Amino acid sequence: MLGGGLPSIAKKVLSSQGGEVKLLVTLKRTPQRDARIRISEAGDSLDLDNVQFEVNPFDELAVEEALRIREAGAEVEVVVVTVGGEECQQQLISALAMGADRAVRVEPSGQSLDSLRVAGALVAVARREEPDLVLAGKLAVDDECGQVPAMMAGLLGWPQANQASSVELSEDASSLRVVCEVDAGLETVTLALPAVVMADLRLNEPRYASLPGIMKAKKKPVEVLALDELGDAGSTRSRVTGFRALEEKSPGVRIDTAEELVRALEERKLV
Amino acid sequence: MTDTLVVIQAAAAELSKSDLSAAGFGSQAASAAGGVFDILLLGPMASSLSSTAAGLGARTVFTMSSGELEAYTAEAYASAVEAFLEGRSWRLVAAATSSSTKEYFPRLAALLDVPMASDVLKIESSDSQRVVFTRAVFVGNLLATVELEAPRALVTCRASEFEPPAAAAEPSTIQAVEAPSGLAHPGKSFVGIEAASSDRPDLKEADIIVSVGRGTRGPGEGIPLCEKLADTLGAALGATRAVVDAGWMANEFQIGQTGKIVAPEVYIAIGLSGSIQHLAGMRNSKTIVAINMDPEAPIFDVADFGLVADLFDAVPELTAVLEKRGG
Repeated sequence: MLGGGLPSIAKKVLSSQGGEVKLLVTLKRTPQRDARIRISEAGDSLDLDNVQFEVNPFDELAVEEALRIREAGAEVEVVVVTVGGEECQQQLISALAMGADRAVRVEPSGQSLDSLRVAGALVAVARREEPDLVLAGKLAVDDECGQVPAMMAGLLGWPQANQASSVELSEDASSLRVVCEVDAGLETVTLALPAVVMADLRLNEPRYASLPGIMKAKKKPVEVLALDELGDAGSTRSRVTGFRALEEKSPGVRIDTAEELVRALEERKLV
Repeated sequence: MTDTLVVIQAAAAELSKSDLSAAGFGSQAASAAGGVFDILLLGPMASSLSSTAAGLGARTVFTMSSGELEAYTAEAYASAVEAFLEGRSWRLVAAATSSSTKEYFPRLAALLDVPMASDVLKIESSDSQRVVFTRAVFVGNLLATVELEAPRALVTCRASEFEPPAAAAEPSTIQAVEAPSGLAHPGKSFVGIEAASSDRPDLKEADIIVSVGRGTRGPGEGIPLCEKLADTLGAALGATRAVVDAGWMANEFQIGQTGKIVAPEVYIAIGLSGSIQHLAGMRNSKTIVAINMDPEAPIFDVADFGLVADLFDAVPELTAVLEKRGG
């Protein structure tokens, strides 16, 4: 219904323009979507020892959208960026294997960063790269904050669109028409580039990396930048101090007929 | 420096349940910190909503509207709140979680250079330097304690977890604030919004939600049966991701990690198995009823009442029983 099918117009436009379009995709390493997450005995951290990681699924949609924009036109460079230690290298390689051209990793050297500092680091990368568009997932499935991309837009002073289900480049490649899934329905906005767009579920269906893609990824450049060199303000003001499990819900009752159900709801004065 | 400002988007003719909950959050945050709360109504309906908002226990209800705030854009709304706060003393700026605040609150946090907590469920403590919240993480499977160590912070709250404030003894002072010009971003234009028309209650307002899954087999089959049940109960209609992906219902009906998070008095899940993403959007409903053929469906793990049955028999039966008793 809402395919992220890409602008055939983009093809002629981008090639006629001649200049290269640069897309910067931000991504986060998160536990695999069905991983069982346990809380450490002390209750202050998560036990992630036996957990597999992947590219945050919403960020994967952003990578896919960037690749589709490139496939629709000529001279598009797709750069992926993450903030995190050596362990994030694998997720950058996954994005390169999907087809991104190169990667940047910001090394925080063991510092724990809040959303605003991550956004600051990514903005520093954006200022170096000068992309036409930043694409990101609307949410990371671990902390579910959904803050970083909109913070980037704020810091950069760029227009933004959240929960995008369709992205279309204008004929002169200077603006985007974005359909967003908002509470009231489908909202359409236009953004002059540069801008920040956050991907939602129905934007596209991410591809699997092909075998040649995986082989090529090994040779693609991954630049590592130290956070300290990026003008980081250096104060984390938001942190998670503890975790706990949901309260156990008492088991429900099985009922056999519609009449019995109505009776039960009536007893609770619910209907 | 202990005061809370609650921002309410004034776009509709009446305050919504979420708006009242946001005021309830403001009231709780104020008592936790030993301060008071104010309300900022932002948008075209600001002045017409102000007298109702003045009954919610705030010290002052501020109103701000202008041509640039007529249609919501993240850029103009973030800049408007930023401009409003300039020269004012404040501790916490809060709003109910919505697709708008998901978009403009983090932008505002960046403009103000303050930390933010998203979609909190509970205020643990608050003083002039530190505020502590509980929020859900990992698709609602775990709760995290989040500490913002700063004299100023932003927060969005999950409306279903906060009661409206108690009736105020005295009405708030109402004060109109002039919106500065230049709020809108020159690079952003609102084109339009397409909403499915429905006479049923809004998902976030409804006491009862009838939610449909893939098991209903679509609009030509089980969905009309569920619609009839919803109408008999005066309920809102909701859907799973699969139903929206299939194009059977529009995105605004989706309940879950993507879509809306709801907690009505009664949630009737029909022909849906209960993926973790769906459970994240409805597990705090007061009473959950599940109707599904598959006795192993995970939805039964959270259901208060489970009916293992073919929905094509059970739903019309349920409607008939309800109709017979008159409602």
